[in-house]
Amino acid sequence: MAEITRLIHEYLRHDKKFPHVWCPGCGIGIMLGALIRAIDKTGYSKDDIVLVSGIGCTGRLPVYVDFNTLHTTHGRALTFATGIKLAKPRLKVIVIMGDGDAVAIGGNHFIHAARRNIDLTAIIVNNSVYGMTGGQYSPTTPYGMKSTTTIYSNVEHSFNISELAVTAGAVFVGRGTVFHAKLLESLMEKAFAKVGFSVVEIISHCHTQFGRLNRMGTAVEMMQWQRDHAVTVEKAAQMKPEELKDKFKIGVLVDRELPAYQDGYDKVRRWAKGSEKR
Amino acid sequence: MNLRKKVRKKELLLQGNEAAVEGALRAGCSFFAGYPITPATEISEILSVRLPQLDGTFIQMEDEIASLGAVIGASLAGAKAMTATSGPGFSLMQENLGFAIIAEVPCVIVNAMRGGPSTGLPTMPSQSDVMQARWGTHGDHPIIALCPSTIRECYDLTIKAFNYSEKYRIPVVLLIDEVVAHMREKITIYEDEEVEIFNRVKPTVPPEWYIPFEDTPKGVPAMANFGDGYRYHVTGLTHDIRGFPTSRPDEIDPFIRRLFRKVSQNFSDVQIGESYETDDADITIIAYGCVARSARRAAADGRENGLKVGVLKMNTIWPFMRSQVEKVLRTSKVVIVPEMNMGQISREVKRVNKGDTKIFTINKVDGTIITPQEILNRIKEVC
Amino acid sequence: MSYRYDIRLSGSGGQGLILMGIILAEAIGIYDGKCVAQTQSYGPEARGGSSKAEVVVSNAEIDYPKALKLDLLLAMNQKSCDDYYMDLKPDGILIVDSTFVKQLPTQRAYQIPFTRIAREKLKREMVANIVALGAISKLAPIVSSKAIEAAVLARVPKGTEKLNRDALKAGVMAAKKVKKVSFPSAPAEFEDEDT
Repeated sequence: MAEITRLIHEYLRHDKKFPHVWCPGCGIGIMLGALIRAIDKTGYSKDDIVLVSGIGCTGRLPVYVDFNTLHTTHGRALTFATGIKLAKPRLKVIVIMGDGDAVAIGGNHFIHAARRNIDLTAIIVNNSVYGMTGGQYSPTTPYGMKSTTTIYSNVEHSFNISELAVTAGAVFVGRGTVFHAKLLESLMEKAFAKVGFSVVEIISHCHTQFGRLNRMGTAVEMMQWQRDHAVTVEKAAQMKPEELKDKFKIGVLVDRELPAYQDGYDKVRRWAKGSEKR
Repeated sequence: MNLRKKVRKKELLLQGNEAAVEGALRAGCSFFAGYPITPATEISEILSVRLPQLDGTFIQMEDEIASLGAVIGASLAGAKAMTATSGPGFSLMQENLGFAIIAEVPCVIVNAMRGGPSTGLPTMPSQSDVMQARWGTHGDHPIIALCPSTIRECYDLTIKAFNYSEKYRIPVVLLIDEVVAHMREKITIYEDEEVEIFNRVKPTVPPEWYIPFEDTPKGVPAMANFGDGYRYHVTGLTHDIRGFPTSRPDEIDPFIRRLFRKVSQNFSDVQIGESYETDDADITIIAYGCVARSARRAAADGRENGLKVGVLKMNTIWPFMRSQVEKVLRTSKVVIVPEMNMGQISREVKRVNKGDTKIFTINKVDGTIITPQEILNRIKEVC
Repeated sequence: MSYRYDIRLSGSGGQGLILMGIILAEAIGIYDGKCVAQTQSYGPEARGGSSKAEVVVSNAEIDYPKALKLDLLLAMNQKSCDDYYMDLKPDGILIVDSTFVKQLPTQRAYQIPFTRIAREKLKREMVANIVALGAISKLAPIVSSKAIEAAVLARVPKGTEKLNRDALKAGVMAAKKVKKVSFPSAPAEFEDEDT
């Protein structure tokens, strides 16, 4: 059996009526492929994986995969995931969000989950727009771009999700694009192996909404744009600031050690029970 | 006087909030997530000490939205979970309250009621979240809300709240007004006391046969916890019996109706209240929370003055105690509904009044409790 | 026959009135074995502002938990004395902290400088409330001094037991010395249970 066939049989839900909700050419499919391959390599049992999502195109992802899956309210996925992880620490909890989900309505939860260093992996598909509701601008829509609610031009400055995660305290932050599918897979693998709050930001495209409004072409052309503007962390270190002006870095942005929340709370339990002196 | 003997009897002087904590722990609560707010803060403070001692988890989240989110997550993973808040925080929780209803996730929310709207009266009592508990979250839905008026009831009803939530897979709201939340009374707790504790029914079928939102005769499907080998989908979207999103009218309708049915066909189980001298009463006071206590005092004083006054104390606020209220509406000439709001339960009482019983309200919204004298004055005014 | 004895402890935030209410309720409820309900009202200020704690005592289940007509009023400042004096029963006991209460509405009041005693004799102003509890145990027929002592020691921080015991004693002593006021005698039930 071909590897891809095995993965499909193993991880996709066959009792869910396909086809899925995503547009042909959407980056979420590539991301889902990388996710399944990375999970397959971790060796976790499917029973021990919980996939949590919020609302939007990414929010629909868990329904198709054969784990414990939870499709929560808009922006709140990390809060539900926090409860699951604390109540049953042996579970591997992975949270899938979009850019609006993670840093607009869920921005507060995102920075606090990172600050707390709770042992979760947040995978954020950043396509610079609210796709499901019809292409309104999000916190990552670049300055000067069009959306269905900034039809004249976006005059707000955009968030850099990965930098936000680094500043808020995430112990692992990686960025990739849906063009770099193999890199995505390896970033996810590293994120899953990390104890603490890990983030993988995935630069993706919404050719149906964002691309059409901003005349950025087809899905293929938008992926070529990703290829031309992404620079690996290693290569960027050798480049001058002016060369990096309209580029973005991909690869591992941060990988550091900090005590995870669960380790700290285990200590709290021992102090509370008097089995260890504070 | 034998000091030592009495202490050994486990008689405690507890606040309403403290008794709710004791009740929660007795019921098996092992997870709490909350955000500081007056007048509910004591619950967080005490559980932050007690839960880690019992291998449970306490976490202070970044807001009330996150708090209820974490509680629902913990419950899905198998914990009995609770949060506590007051009006402003309860407003923030409405979003995830709706999620817990549609996804049928057991959890308990304590709302220590203070005056509103908005920031309102942080340290002063009110009963104005009665309708918010019923209809605060959007969409058609059932809800169970309980309201204690004594410290003993804070303990007992918190246990009941957990039991109902586990039994019917529904969030249960405990409405404690600030007077009761902060009041202290003596309560006797026996460690070996027989208390009925209900735990969610788990599936017994093999995972491949499990239908997570099956329409059973009882209306309540068995609930598998995440990590127990039953991999299923939980969503806030309207879903079919397997848990997958659906937009088929023939699947939506029975689903929403089942949500209602699991409470409506168990009405008698979830209705807690007490009647005091209502059998021969010309005048019945229908009251809940701290006002029920003013009502009992007013009734006693009224009886001393030759007035036949009775009291119906409501502990279950939602679903509305229709049959008990209808009974006193049939037997009494006058019904008085004193409330620390502009008339939230009296609206329901009027709704179910079929005869010509006169219904009078007392509405107090100044942040102070309705006194027995104010109820007596109203009785004298209308009789 | 059931009785009801209503107490209000009043003053400003930071004087420890709510803790006093808790200790008094615990003494009467747990150690003396009567029914009690203790309530309070306070403002947003941790220090300053008005503060009051109420304790209702009975030999039967208590219906209305807040004080109605007062059998005992403790006023730790002038404002609370002015505000609540009218709620006293004709035979109700008024105890004031004469450190702060200079104008008395009646001559039938026990005047004890609780704060001054705490400041000068005990060198800790914060135990004025415990001094007042000592005086209450002597002047009011509703609680035994044994029970008050047990309740105080159960609630105060470790290491402060001696200070608080001394504060209680100072309160009892001050109450013994204070000018007597004549009141109608208390109902018989109290005396039976207190001996």
